[in-house]
Amino acid sequence: MAQITLQNLAHSYYANPRGEHDFALKQMDHVWQDGGAYALLGSSGCGKTTLLNIISGLLKPSQGRVLFGDRDVTDAETAERNIAQVFQFPVVYDTMTVRDNLSFPLRNRGMDAGYIKSRVNQIAAMIGMESMLDRKARGLTADAKQKISLGRGMVREDVNAILFDEPLTVIDPHMKWELRTQLKQLHREFGHTMIYVTHDQTEALTFADKVVVMYDGRVVQMGTPEDLFETPAHTFVGYFIGSPGMNLLDAEIRGGTAHLQGASIPLGAAYGPMTGRTQIGIRPEYAVLTEGDGLPIKIRRVEDVGRHRIIRGDVAGATVNVIAPEGMPVGASLTHVRFTPDRINVYADDWRVAPLGGAA
Amino acid sequence: MEKTQNNKAWFLVLPVLVIVAFSAILPLMTVVNYSVNDTFGDNQFFWAGLEWFEEMVTSDRLHEALGRQILFSAIILAIEVPLGIYIALNMPKKGVWASVCLVLMALPLLIPFNVVGTIWQIFGRVDIGLLGHYLAELGIDYNYTNDPLDAWVTVIVMDVWHWTSLVALLCYAGLQSIPEAYYQAARVDQASRWSVFRFIELPKMAGVLLIAVLLRFMDSFMIYTEPFVVTGGGPGNSTTFLSIDLVKMAVGQFDLGPAAAFSIMYFLVILLVSWVFYTVMTNLDKEEGK
Repeated sequence: MAQITLQNLAHSYYANPRGEHDFALKQMDHVWQDGGAYALLGSSGCGKTTLLNIISGLLKPSQGRVLFGDRDVTDAETAERNIAQVFQFPVVYDTMTVRDNLSFPLRNRGMDAGYIKSRVNQIAAMIGMESMLDRKARGLTADAKQKISLGRGMVREDVNAILFDEPLTVIDPHMKWELRTQLKQLHREFGHTMIYVTHDQTEALTFADKVVVMYDGRVVQMGTPEDLFETPAHTFVGYFIGSPGMNLLDAEIRGGTAHLQGASIPLGAAYGPMTGRTQIGIRPEYAVLTEGDGLPIKIRRVEDVGRHRIIRGDVAGATVNVIAPEGMPVGASLTHVRFTPDRINVYADDWRVAPLGGAA
Repeated sequence: MEKTQNNKAWFLVLPVLVIVAFSAILPLMTVVNYSVNDTFGDNQFFWAGLEWFEEMVTSDRLHEALGRQILFSAIILAIEVPLGIYIALNMPKKGVWASVCLVLMALPLLIPFNVVGTIWQIFGRVDIGLLGHYLAELGIDYNYTNDPLDAWVTVIVMDVWHWTSLVALLCYAGLQSIPEAYYQAARVDQASRWSVFRFIELPKMAGVLLIAVLLRFMDSFMIYTEPFVVTGGGPGNSTTFLSIDLVKMAVGQFDLGPAAAFSIMYFLVILLVSWVFYTVMTNLDKEEGK
């Protein structure tokens, strides 16, 4: 097990990249703590899988180094790195039995037969496939096959890290939850470094201690689920995390006040002068409908999603969503929306601006 | 809705039946007719029963030809299948070179059989052939018209040259259908090169490989043109395979009865082997879909 360090890492699928837009992965420096459970979150095509394949050595980066602990493994083969990886679609060795599939990585490392047997039984119990151990893997259902893939990923105890590339895509919803819980438990038990790629925020937030949000080949934020929720570092994080995402409104920031469409909104802190496109961001959870306080809102639609209701409306031409608690009447008298001042984040050119006075 | 039962629709199949009858069933029946009769021409037939079959089953000549045929097919398969797999594994997966390889590999397959025979017949000649000449220069005593072993080597090398591409191309197609993730998983699992072949590539190739073996078996078991052009079945009878012997018997000696009995047995052997292959293949498919 080891801490994983990425130094000046960048990758382009072109042989001669011309400019930044040719890079699938923009230059980055990150340290992934030993034993951490990370989720790599982002929309399709943002470079998540590229980053994962670079860590596992399936892909050689165009520039930069990858370190496992103090050891530079940039040029090391995948096999040498002793890493486990589970892919999006099930990869099983069809002609082998389930047992042979699970023991394959151990046998390749020349482990002792007695150990292999007990370890395979342990893993089989975990993925719930004990009764199928002596069946051929060919012809099993997709989710059974994926469970075998997961099992094969977890069977080695001495791996440096276990990487998951959207492993639960083909699994039934109820099984998804169960497997995720088991992964979490496995992490607590053995303390492997785990990196879990997903585009599903629920999956990311329930699995990981730290969520790494990627956007357009860049890591835009690395933080706890709480950080991502309360202080998104980039408008993409605000939009991507949360359901619905953060409301963003163009505004002019002067000191502790935001001005938009002739109205002024108090902010929780004072800001210095900034350039570029300036916006305020507020979570729907921190917006309240009022009878006259705040900005005028035109309500378009009310969606009842069970625990609460989502009110979709327009404020000065921009869409604003408000989450109203269950049971609160939404009547024609509610014509304004008020934002909780200290929950408002300020963005300049999509990046969060820290308020004056240090509180980040 | 009620389903209308109308068996008159079967009449629509009639034209096909007529064509098949004229093109396949009638000629086959003619052979059957010859096999159970004796004839001296002029459409005069004398009933012979199973006599020709008995003669053929006990004929040393046929046994020898069959022995040569089985040996030839076995050698051909033993060389072409592993070699074809080896070539397929080492062909570039994509890019310009993949196309170049594909075209080069396809070339021998496009040459008419008798032309292949002629090419090798001249190529191997000691007096004017490039191969024969240089082998002689090197001091190797090679002459396919005198030496049975040289004749066999020539015919086998010619067949390998002509047909290995087919096996290679079919295997290549099988290999191309393996998703990249399988190779990646094998690298993650620290599998050896042999394991990758044994557990990923071979199982995925199994289907097409079986077709390749079937095609190569049938073609080599029926081979006629190329050895006939190169050696004419000689020296002696050393490269007289079943088809060559059959033609000698039917056209050369005009023994139509025995030749017809021979043809029918020949046909049944090929049918039997094809049926075995078909059964194995469909079972494989069933297992796949289970």
